[in-house]
Amino acid sequence: MIETGTLWTIIILLGIGSFGLRFVFTGLVGERAMPDWLLRHLRYTAVAILPALVAPQVVWPAATDGVFDIPRATAAAVTLAVGLLTKNVLMAVLSGAATLYGLLYLLG
Amino acid sequence: MTTTTRKSPYRQGIIDGSPFILVIIPFATLFGVLATEAGLNVFETMAFSIVVIAGAAQFTALQLMQENVPTAIVLISALAVNLRMAMYSASLTPYIGAAPLWQRALCAYLTVDQSYVVGVAKFEREPDMTVNQRVRYFLGAVTPIVPLWYLFTLVGALLGAQVPDSWALDFAIPITFLAMIAPMFRTAAHVMAALVAVIVGLLAAGVPYSLGLIIAGIAGMMAGAQTEVWLERKGLKT
Repeated sequence: MIETGTLWTIIILLGIGSFGLRFVFTGLVGERAMPDWLLRHLRYTAVAILPALVAPQVVWPAATDGVFDIPRATAAAVTLAVGLLTKNVLMAVLSGAATLYGLLYLLG
Repeated sequence: MTTTTRKSPYRQGIIDGSPFILVIIPFATLFGVLATEAGLNVFETMAFSIVVIAGAAQFTALQLMQENVPTAIVLISALAVNLRMAMYSASLTPYIGAAPLWQRALCAYLTVDQSYVVGVAKFEREPDMTVNQRVRYFLGAVTPIVPLWYLFTLVGALLGAQVPDSWALDFAIPITFLAMIAPMFRTAAHVMAALVAVIVGLLAAGVPYSLGLIIAGIAGMMAGAQTEVWLERKGLKT
């Protein structure tokens, strides 16, 4: 059981901290120019962070207690492939979901 | 692409953000369900989603609180999961840093993976947008996302434990993130950044407090930047 006082402390401090992280550069740097080398790195933020966030969940899904899961891994591969080929986010999501449910049904 | 330029940036943002409705609904519902299972009441669950507005960090905090981990560790871990938001903030600064302070604060509160990725992809594609158009586009992109985050947290909290595991809602996130990233691989440098980030991410998965993610992200960004420099030197960059 989570204590009410602890819970609210965490909600409020986590809210302030999360806002701080989101505001730290847009708020404090503002329109001052940032050096070229930094901008060159920042261009790759999205394509680096998101795959790194997803990779462990694809290989060791929490839902299967970290055991490699064929439906989930295949769904991830199909999503990426359809996304690369069609450049269509919605199409990629739907193909991935269809693969996941299809294989879970067939193999489950 | 005349249709793109004719529509107002706000409306264009709504259109480009709307595929994520499919993700946010299961994700928010899942949080509501898990929070209720952990013993939070509806008001507490809603406050959590509205104040913190960060899916992965909320799941982390919830998990650790249930394990009776000390408050300081809960906060550090959840903020570490959210460290990528500081990188998003840095990445958005060249585009919206010149906006009025209140607009930057509003955009900061509304910076989530989905709005960031939609926004930055558009700003890269259309460098001629004004700062004001970029802010309006960004606010458009969150319009179909954030209200549904609140609403379906509520739905999940009210449904409680009735959602079966067989719906595999856990995998909504990996699938949508992969779908979002795929169209962004425009140059060899982008591909290299992602490859290095994935390899380092898997190797560093055991690093505590989700810091492996930050290490992998930085490694990927360095790989992308280095590849870009290398391609420029060879005169191959288009």
